[in-house]
Amino acid sequence: MATQAPTAVPQPAAPQRRRSTASGTGGRTAALFLVPFFAVFAIAMVAPVIYAIVLSFYAQQKSGLGFGEAKTSFVGFENYLQVLESESFVTGIARLGLYCAIYIPCMVGGAVVFALLLDATVARARKLFQLLVFLPHAVPGVIAALIWAYLYTPGISPVVQALQGGGIQVNFLDAHMVLPAIVNIGVWEWTGYNVIILFTALQAVPREILEAARVDGAGEIRAAVSIKFPLILPALSVIMLFTIIGTLQLFTEPSIIAKATPSITSTWVPNMWAYDAAFIRHNLNQAAAASIIIAALAAFLSLVVTRFSSRMNKS
Amino acid sequence: MSTKTLPALRTKTPRTMPRKSAQRQDTVAGHGGFASKLTVNGLLVVGSLYMVVPVLWLLFASTKNAADLYGTSAYALGNFALFENIAAVAAQDGGVFFRWMANSILYAGVGAVLGSLISVMAGYAFDKFNFRWKDSLFGFVLVGVLIPNTATVLPMYLLASVVGMTNTIWAVLIPVLCNPFGVYLARVYAASYVPSETLEAARVDGAGPIRSFFALGLPMMMPGYITIALFQFVGVWNNFMLPLVMLQDQQLLPVSVGISIWQGYAVPQPEFVPLVITGSLLSIIPLLVAFIMLQRFWKSGLTTGAVK
Repeated sequence: MATQAPTAVPQPAAPQRRRSTASGTGGRTAALFLVPFFAVFAIAMVAPVIYAIVLSFYAQQKSGLGFGEAKTSFVGFENYLQVLESESFVTGIARLGLYCAIYIPCMVGGAVVFALLLDATVARARKLFQLLVFLPHAVPGVIAALIWAYLYTPGISPVVQALQGGGIQVNFLDAHMVLPAIVNIGVWEWTGYNVIILFTALQAVPREILEAARVDGAGEIRAAVSIKFPLILPALSVIMLFTIIGTLQLFTEPSIIAKATPSITSTWVPNMWAYDAAFIRHNLNQAAAASIIIAALAAFLSLVVTRFSSRMNKS
Repeated sequence: MSTKTLPALRTKTPRTMPRKSAQRQDTVAGHGGFASKLTVNGLLVVGSLYMVVPVLWLLFASTKNAADLYGTSAYALGNFALFENIAAVAAQDGGVFFRWMANSILYAGVGAVLGSLISVMAGYAFDKFNFRWKDSLFGFVLVGVLIPNTATVLPMYLLASVVGMTNTIWAVLIPVLCNPFGVYLARVYAASYVPSETLEAARVDGAGPIRSFFALGLPMMMPGYITIALFQFVGVWNNFMLPLVMLQDQQLLPVSVGISIWQGYAVPQPEFVPLVITGSLLSIIPLLVAFIMLQRFWKSGLTTGAVK
């Protein structure tokens, strides 16, 4: 801004005015624009996190036989240890890891393949396909989970019926299948969204490069793998980052499916564990500790992804 | 008759056929045989079907009563009971469904209109003003982007219960105003849509920074504002854990939580199933309409978020 000012403003007046905006009123006007955001940011993010950290260091202890008022006392890292030693929490983390191991390759891989297909020169009706794949994103997670819950239910589901017609007996809601079944809901909700991001990145690939490759005799597939794919890696790393943050939040889909099957326990994933701790077991201090662990895990993983992707982009 | 139809056909074919093939020639540039065309488009159709079929199922299922739902084939029309189902949804619990829809519109609408304005103002300030601690403040915003929403829900509930705000609309309305990713997007939009020269000219003409924001900056950033608002609207409409945790009063619930309660009833009482299905369909119509009408905006929004 400062470098452009002299060309736009008559010379003599410029230096004086510039100084007055840059240092004098600049901070104050900027504050005027920033205060609303940082006020809600403080209320909705900073304060809750600080309060949760404080709570996580205390515990409610009932005296003697458990009658009378509970006492609050400082317990240090006791809550964190209890959460991390809890078998159900650790299982939930492991389950979430397994979920990621299936979900991320399926969803991201699917999105890459679909976007490359959409970008192929022979693809038709691109606008229609884009709208259709994006459709699931307009369906809220609760409704998506409900639809799939019915599509997994024998007797009502055309999918189960069709499979039975083909001689395949499968119960999507039993203990083994329920994890892939929930992965499928995530894939359905998010693939199209990421297809649009990747497709737009592909459209930005300079056509001359592709034309040159074609002249050199590279086919469609060769061009897709060795030219287009490397060029969308930056977009892909952003997608990975948001996908990982997103999967740590897993709560809605399993909570909905849990009503249709006993295979999903009330502590199935870490977020459900924290919810259960707060509202079923009424241990707010443990719930706070669990929330902080989840947030820390998300921060750590996004740091790893950002580091990793910036190194990849450099090389 | 034959003499009448033939000329018509003849004039029709030259008009459509060459135009189409000429267009193809441009994009295909002589490449791609019939087989690859078939494979690529075939795969695109299969992928799109996977995306569309569950929504179509919802559409068909909402036209059936409970008996047909279990009795007839999924994509066959049984007795057309859509309007009875809608009437049943409307009548259940004294019309609470429409109350839920209104609540969702209120929460998502306030989040979209006011929350995005707050984000756009902040993003604009980060791009257009120089002030102290600019970089570290923006760092806070980025940390806010990276903290998972659901990780702050329980702490927010704990805090809200201290000040006695749980089970009020404020418990949902205040958090939805906070959209750090919107600030990030708005900064990018401000940099690309609002030339600093224009603001400088306005300043020379004597317009204060607030006036030039509302008279120049905001109108220039309008496409960005609409994009941020659209995504915020969808985000709040889809939000499940926050209202589930914060609200107990049925009259305050958004439609996402409301329907999940009906789903709970439907497990022991199958007559609730058509209500859940039809209610689900009704609840996604506003979003589908918004997305189809605002296609241009969400496409540009997704690109700005990921590519820049």
